Amino acid sequence: MHRYLAGSDDRRRMLERIGCTSVEELFASIPAEVRCGPLELPPGRSEEEVRREFWGLAGRNLTTECAACFLGAGVYWHVQPAVVDALLWRGELFTAYTPYQPEVSQGTLQAIFEFQTFVCQLTEMDVANASMYDGATAVVEAALLARRVLPARNRVVLAATLHPDSKAVLRTYAEAQGIELTEVRWDEAGRLEAGSLTDALGPDVCAVIVQSPNVFGVIEDLQAVGAAAKGAGALAVHAVAEATSLGILAPGGRFGFDVVCGELQAFGIPASFGGPLLGFFAVRQNHLRQMPGRLVGETVDVDGRRAFVLTLSTREQHIRRAKATSNICTNHGLMALAATIVLSLLGKKGVREVGVASHSLAEYVKSGIRAQRRDDGRGVRLAFDGSPTYNEFLVLHDDPDGLLAQMQREGILGGVATPALDGALPRGVLIALTERNTKEECDRLLEALRRLA
Amino acid sequence: MAQPTDRKYSRTHEWAMLAGDVVTVGITQFAQEQLGDVVFVELPAAGGAVEAGKACGTIESVKAVSEILSPVTGEVVEANAALEGRPELVNQDPFGEGWLVRVKVGTGALDHLMDAAAYEAFLAEEGH
Repeated sequence: MHRYLAGSDDRRRMLERIGCTSVEELFASIPAEVRCGPLELPPGRSEEEVRREFWGLAGRNLTTECAACFLGAGVYWHVQPAVVDALLWRGELFTAYTPYQPEVSQGTLQAIFEFQTFVCQLTEMDVANASMYDGATAVVEAALLARRVLPARNRVVLAATLHPDSKAVLRTYAEAQGIELTEVRWDEAGRLEAGSLTDALGPDVCAVIVQSPNVFGVIEDLQAVGAAAKGAGALAVHAVAEATSLGILAPGGRFGFDVVCGELQAFGIPASFGGPLLGFFAVRQNHLRQMPGRLVGETVDVDGRRAFVLTLSTREQHIRRAKATSNICTNHGLMALAATIVLSLLGKKGVREVGVASHSLAEYVKSGIRAQRRDDGRGVRLAFDGSPTYNEFLVLHDDPDGLLAQMQREGILGGVATPALDGALPRGVLIALTERNTKEECDRLLEALRRLA
Repeated sequence: MAQPTDRKYSRTHEWAMLAGDVVTVGITQFAQEQLGDVVFVELPAAGGAVEAGKACGTIESVKAVSEILSPVTGEVVEANAALEGRPELVNQDPFGEGWLVRVKVGTGALDHLMDAAAYEAFLAEEGH
């Protein structure tokens, strides 16, 4: 059965109408030497045949559903409850957009309000916006906010251990905005080197951006970094790449940071080719009016009932045009809703349990790797052993791509090779664990590392 | 609408009142009516420089965010701290308690501005 193809009868009538007898005559004016020769295509096939062919091809894929997956490096593979999709796909909710006449969509606004509340609880900050595109753009917006707050200062100090995507997007914006960037290197513990941070600070610095856990998975000393930033009169920014870490680790909000922002994908967004992602952005009350993006507020209607509004939108692009606070005029509504559903399901206790389980599994694998240590120079070893990590860590290896390819043949997605992320990072593999991994999978990974590395 | 005659006015509806070498700056009754309910005022810090005709802060009302254009050139000596908690003073008493900033100026700083009669004529001309 062939579908949707114009029949020879249609073609004949069209040719007749324009006065041609054949398709060949229609194209007669095109010289033979520029014409394409006969195409070597297989004969047409039925829908059912095509379906079968593609299912056959799809079956050869190695997916996160059938492999033992230890991929991370910015996108994490946590449990995706079926209820998330069931709710997201409801017609009332299925839009990526904050509506332009927002107050008629009370349900959407309420969901965003709940989202903002969750972000404030996770970060221990005063105000959170309705979400941003992804963690990298959220980090950039933190730098731009700092410059709006401190217009006389034009330099941003960032940890070299920021996720490479955040650094790349930051460089793009900084170049266009004329912001100077200073990177602070890491020390032998894989953390921001304190002396270099002190050296980098100065009266022209508007922000210090530190990611924790950092790109190596290592937990930074937020208290010290925050104090150093404050001491120099700069804003302190805590960037978060793995949001479930906030279930068990103290956020920047507890240490007086001005901005806590980053990537929330770990809560409810599948790891599908790296996207879509979900940025979040939270600030102290005093920076409220310099915060980018949309903000939902709670109020009462004429009858005194609880209601929600888009608040402070007089500072946004559709009203202030070129003078708007930021060029972010929307949010990642559908992804924010997914995160809100997952966070509601988990609750405070569940969020903590996800953190504890992910951390414990990572510690299990780390101790297994420690036990494998050999003297013949082969095998993998922990890059910054002794430094505290959350659910991800770096193991050193000379041929990370070769090692990962071998493991992949055995159905193990063993991690992310650092050279693919950023050539300046130590050569090896980033291994990430979540509550979704089983102990059996961890043992398979350890066995494969012992045998293949 | 009678305008106070103890001060001068800009075409962008700010007023400036000189006492010694310090000018107090605010927005006019007409301006506050146009803005509607003021919810937030952002003012320059003391010590900063302002330039006549250039933005020196913003006034946020329920309708819009508007720039405050300084009517004079000089150095800010004080911003009205009362507006932080009570921005509605700009609506209630624009010529008095709702003042915005005090600016230290040189001689002749107000020469380019209109007196009350000229400002009134300007408003009439604009159709208000």
